[in-house]
Amino acid sequence: MNNLALSDEILLKIEKPVRYIGNEVNMVRKDPEGKIRFAMCFPDVYEIGMSHLGMKIIYDQMNRRDDVYCERVFSPWVDLDKVMREENIPLFALESQDPVFMFDFLAVTIQYEMCYTNILQILDLSQIGIYAKDRREDAPFVIGGGPCTYNPEPLADFFDMFYIGESETVYYDLMDLYKEHKKNGGNRKEFLRKASHIPGIYVPSLYETTYNEDGTIASFEPLYEDVPRTILKQVQMDLTNTFYPEKQIVPYIKVTQDRCVLEIQRGCTRGCRFCQAGMIYRPLRERSLPMLEELAAKGIKGTGNDEISLSSLSSSDYSHLPELCNYLIDNYRSKNINIALPSLRIDAFSLDVMSKVQDVRKSSLTFAPEAGTQRMRDVINKGLTEEVILHGAMEAFKGGWSKVKLYFMMGLPTETEEDIKGIAHLAEKIAMNYYSMDAEYRHGRISVGASASFFVPKPFTPFQWASMCEEDEYKTKAHIVNDEFKIQHNHRSLSFKWHDAKTTVLEGILARGDRRIGKVIYDVYKKGCIYDAWTEFFNYEAWMETMEENGLDYHFYTTRKRELDEIFPWDFIDIGVTKEFLKREWNNAMAEKVTPNCRQKCSGCGAAKFGGGVCYESKSKMGENRCS
Amino acid sequence: MKVRVKWAKTGVLKFIGHLDVQRYFQKALMRAELPVSFSKGMSPHQIMSFAAPLGLGMTSEGEYADISFDWTYSSEEMLSRINAVMNEGISVLEFKEIDEKEKNCMAVTAAADYLVTFREGYYYKDAFLKRTQPFSMQEKIPIVKKTKRSEKEVDIAPMILDIREYESEPLLPGLPLKQEGIFMKLVTGSAENLKPQLVMEAFCKYLGYDYDPMGFQYHRLETYLKKDGELQPLGSVGWEITEEKHPDEEQKN
Repeated sequence: MNNLALSDEILLKIEKPVRYIGNEVNMVRKDPEGKIRFAMCFPDVYEIGMSHLGMKIIYDQMNRRDDVYCERVFSPWVDLDKVMREENIPLFALESQDPVFMFDFLAVTIQYEMCYTNILQILDLSQIGIYAKDRREDAPFVIGGGPCTYNPEPLADFFDMFYIGESETVYYDLMDLYKEHKKNGGNRKEFLRKASHIPGIYVPSLYETTYNEDGTIASFEPLYEDVPRTILKQVQMDLTNTFYPEKQIVPYIKVTQDRCVLEIQRGCTRGCRFCQAGMIYRPLRERSLPMLEELAAKGIKGTGNDEISLSSLSSSDYSHLPELCNYLIDNYRSKNINIALPSLRIDAFSLDVMSKVQDVRKSSLTFAPEAGTQRMRDVINKGLTEEVILHGAMEAFKGGWSKVKLYFMMGLPTETEEDIKGIAHLAEKIAMNYYSMDAEYRHGRISVGASASFFVPKPFTPFQWASMCEEDEYKTKAHIVNDEFKIQHNHRSLSFKWHDAKTTVLEGILARGDRRIGKVIYDVYKKGCIYDAWTEFFNYEAWMETMEENGLDYHFYTTRKRELDEIFPWDFIDIGVTKEFLKREWNNAMAEKVTPNCRQKCSGCGAAKFGGGVCYESKSKMGENRCS
Repeated sequence: MKVRVKWAKTGVLKFIGHLDVQRYFQKALMRAELPVSFSKGMSPHQIMSFAAPLGLGMTSEGEYADISFDWTYSSEEMLSRINAVMNEGISVLEFKEIDEKEKNCMAVTAAADYLVTFREGYYYKDAFLKRTQPFSMQEKIPIVKKTKRSEKEVDIAPMILDIREYESEPLLPGLPLKQEGIFMKLVTGSAENLKPQLVMEAFCKYLGYDYDPMGFQYHRLETYLKKDGELQPLGSVGWEITEEKHPDEEQKN
């Protein structure tokens, strides 16, 4: 058994020491000697990071190579953070318990903006220099990946490279290049230059940004001719014949996703205009049914988990969903394994499946109308109508359900007071329909819980041009809706909750930020901010004050009107979906015009250039044209 | 079929809490694909019950749980199948059938043996070892017991069933080296419970030392039930299963 990086004295005085001791079932054990040491980091606490599927895929993928040892790193919780600083203990990886500074690579998955200060904490505690330019020759190469790297610019100064794309495709090439580099010798800069030639690898230090007087970007250029001008997102087109972790690590403590997760497909056909995932993961690609059946069996056997859940952006669109659900129910319910369903479109099929796997009296139905009126839903291209919601709800009530959850967004482009009051009206209509049913169908009081988050415009969406609201406007909106709920006839059956507006503003700044934001992240970290994603630690005032100290007006990033021809910090990335398409969609939004989903009709978004997925599905069923 | 298992928890697994050990067992039994009995209802769970919780940071070679199975292989086979899916740090030592009417191990736990050893750099070991006897001879050992709500003085002397010096023993496979230390047998269970930490706190006070919880390491040696006025190991009421056993089929025949 390993020696631990932390002493008993430390481990016994901090919360949940099991976060730091590794040694879980299925942890990969290798002799690190002579191997490329690859630290895979999720910059949040263990329970969050261990629930992330992408990290498990990379862990499995990298450790399949005999010449690589991939280990895990998570953010120390604030209690240990303090101790490590006081006692100058370097951050370590869980497997070998060796310090991160001994590694060749530190790969950080960047899943949400609010973890940016945690990344700086990781770099700082690893003692490898927060800024990439300060990193010593023998320091690990710090590489970022994940959805937030579709605008990597706020973090550009802290990373040696970013990888824009899905892990399955080029990490092996990077490892091969590194081995060759080690063999031939050469310095850090030379390696980064060579790495920049690998498709999808972006080395921020090899580019320069100039700004216009108004603060917008004038130019973004590579410093050398051999460095690519645009970075093409890398996509794993065949999701069936590829890596998938079969023996996942089994944490000792209860983690957020304490179950076997089956990613059934990647990408989405729906084209909701606010949704970044719906654009950056295009085109939709499915995994085969036999693969998923096999993975379910191996996953349960390998982990002993008592629950399987399906994961994707819109599971109802998976073409073999009924077969998969029936297979799981038939094979696993009898073994006392629970099937956790993602939120499905409510119809006869999904109600039937749901009634088989959950207690209808206790479970709730989930709808995500996202907006309160049809006009607003047309603007955001959410193809869910009131009729469909009410019909689905009625069917469910007859099946025994009496709890409904509704998800909305506020602060959407063109939004009016009527649109947000529509949130309360829609909830009321659901309740009214319930009480209009014959008593024999009813089972006590219905509960309709609506919750609203505030919309954050994201890069590579049609709404990347959208202006945000001021913090107090968000609050006003929330109160308008809350008051509207109170005057509904069935208000006692309804509830309304909304998210924190301050987080929204900061997410907005970081999501569409540029390189100048990097200094703000650094300064705010130096003031002691970490774990911004945790409301108990989020210090909004410190952020806003630091923005000001750096001579930056947050309105530039949030409320400012962006012109259609503005150069965005992320424009050098090519996600397949073209800026032309996004502009067209922005204009369609303004015209309240709906765009059909990929299976109904190809809208020529550009993702077809990857040569597969839904773009090349047989359209014979639908009688549609091929993708252009 | 009701089965009582005994296991040891050593090494870094001492940082895993009681509830997590339960989850660990549930998952291990699923991995081993053994016929554990489940409760009925919409969310079935494995029928198992654990004896006295072990505090965080403590190791043990005398942990028990009762688990129900629909049927089992022989004890030997079950031990090898379960240990095959276990992590280093938890090993199952006994797998014995017990009478269906036997009360759960949690309910019957009456006492436990501990070995307290000295973590380097804190206390002078001999100071304790030499004074163990006089400490144990005291008629009353008052100590302030703190709960979340209140503080009250209790006399722990009646709950210390035995306390003496313990000489080091040779290394047993899979178990930690037993160093020289203090052996104690303490009242344990849901009705009355004395933690070894409290005894050491009292011992420090007796010697006039400030109590530092880090100074000691605790290892549980055995857990007992009381039968006919005698303490005996929790596993003593069970018997080895010599061959594969299907109770349902026996009933049918």
